[in-house]
Amino acid sequence: MATATFRIWRGDANEGKFVDYETEVSEGMVVLDAVHKIQAEQANDLAVRWNCKAGKCGSCSAEVNGNPKLMCMTRLNEIPLDAPVTVEPMHAFPLIKDLVTDVSWNFEVKKKIKPFNPRPADADDGTWRMAQEDIDRVQEFRKCIECYLCQDVCHVLREHDLHDKFIGPRFFVYAAALEMHPLDTENRLEELKNTDGIGYCNITKCCTKVCPEHITITDNAIIPLKERVVDQFYDPIKKLFRIFRPKQ
Amino acid sequence: MNHPELTLTDRRFGQTRRHDAWWLQPLAVFLGLSVFGLYSLWVVFQGDHYHHGPYLSPFYAPLLFDPAGHISGHSWLAGRPDWLPLWVPPSLLILWAPLGFRFTCYYYRGAYYKAFWADPPSCTVSEPRKEYRGEGSFPLIIQNVHRYFLYFALIFVVILAYDAWKALWFDNGNGGKSFGIGIGTLILTGNAILLGGYTLGCHSLRHLVGGIRDRLSGAPIRRTAYNCVSCLNRRHMLWAWMSLCWVGFSDVYVRLCSMGVLSDWRIL
Ligand code: SF4
Ligand code: SF4
Ligand code: FES
Ligand code: FES
Repeated sequence: MATATFRIWRGDANEGKFVDYETEVSEGMVVLDAVHKIQAEQANDLAVRWNCKAGKCGSCSAEVNGNPKLMCMTRLNEIPLDAPVTVEPMHAFPLIKDLVTDVSWNFEVKKKIKPFNPRPADADDGTWRMAQEDIDRVQEFRKCIECYLCQDVCHVLREHDLHDKFIGPRFFVYAAALEMHPLDTENRLEELKNTDGIGYCNITKCCTKVCPEHITITDNAIIPLKERVVDQFYDPIKKLFRIFRPKQ
Repeated sequence: MNHPELTLTDRRFGQTRRHDAWWLQPLAVFLGLSVFGLYSLWVVFQGDHYHHGPYLSPFYAPLLFDPAGHISGHSWLAGRPDWLPLWVPPSLLILWAPLGFRFTCYYYRGAYYKAFWADPPSCTVSEPRKEYRGEGSFPLIIQNVHRYFLYFALIFVVILAYDAWKALWFDNGNGGKSFGIGIGTLILTGNAILLGGYTLGCHSLRHLVGGIRDRLSGAPIRRTAYNCVSCLNRRHMLWAWMSLCWVGFSDVYVRLCSMGVLSDWRIL
């Protein structure tokens, strides 16, 4: 049986180091399998978060050879095993222990986004009518599993630590799902511009590249929101238009 | 084995744990855009060999007036306006529009922020500067002007399509024009098509035709337009590069024909 070396981060918020573990690997294994094998055989106290092993719970996010990945969906035959494989926690969030980070900042951010606010019900029984083609656009955004890999890779958070000024790609996807919803009546553009920091995104698309659900984050969520912000705040002709448009 | 020399917080420029050739794509973008930028600059001020028979280099379209010593048959005005300083070449008056359109294009922005400004150099690769302003404040807030460049770019697509049409009509030697197709005709037609594919896939256009609305059902024309633009938009990067390379190639072709290095092959 073949062996491979995994260079895993061990430590907490105060101190830590990378430690090499050599372990046997076999066909069909994913990184999370190897980490579990190391945990079972060599490092019982290795902290790793996981839940579904099926790429659906978004718990096992980490960085494998520098790339933000779900460990349970990263097959060993996709990565070179002739050199040590580095496995480290996400960089954009505070470290708890080993591969586990504290992602609770994301939960707080989500609470601040204005919730879904539908128009009055269309039918007497309190239900609404929507056309499928109107909901197609936001359906893509509903695939999000909240793994926060996009938040981790985004340089605004990862490199510049602007967590208090920028909500990150995950929450632009979330805001887009609400903002473009055919039933929603809320306007979130002012927050998107002022407190959510959509202007900090420089559309470099790293978030789109890492999304395990293949959500086209930048092109389908962020840029359309940026365009709506331009409409409302930067486009002089649109502004004139609004001044002279009769009140509805 | 332990590795105390490696940390999670090392943010030196270029630091990454990636093993792949992450620098390849930004390097290719850097070289591609630099070559195109320098070539455009040279073409603008060179002012010669920009036309050949019914062909006009797309760098000179629309040709407002011919530079001194040229009669191309493509110019819109009879001559250089008197108020215009002599050093200003005709292409300088028009090229700001397509160049501004590309400069503020969402795709190119993302690409050159990485390639020219290392902001970031590539995903999960550390940057050279700590401070960061993004596009939310001056100077990059100006990028929001993109939709205005789009309006001009749409006019340019029509003009270049017209030039491709004109490239079908060759002098017949009796002072008239006769229909024909040369290699140059195909090249200029390709140029108009690629530029059309790039311009019509623009994110701002996508917003304008349908993205602005939450509901497109009940608006069949809007919906079709939105779907068409979205379809081109999915390959916007590809259109961007193909049209950029082709516009350069078209100029080189017309130039070489005009210099006599190549002779244009008539198919029809
Ligand atoms: S495209 Fe914007 S949100 Fe996505 S990683 Fe880049 S800067 Fe962050
Ligand atoms: S958008 Fe994609 S990468 Fe971001 S949290 Fe959702 S699933 Fe994960
Ligand atoms: S364990 Fe659930 S996504 Fe990996
Ligand atoms: S976004 Fe690329 S041309 Fe408008």
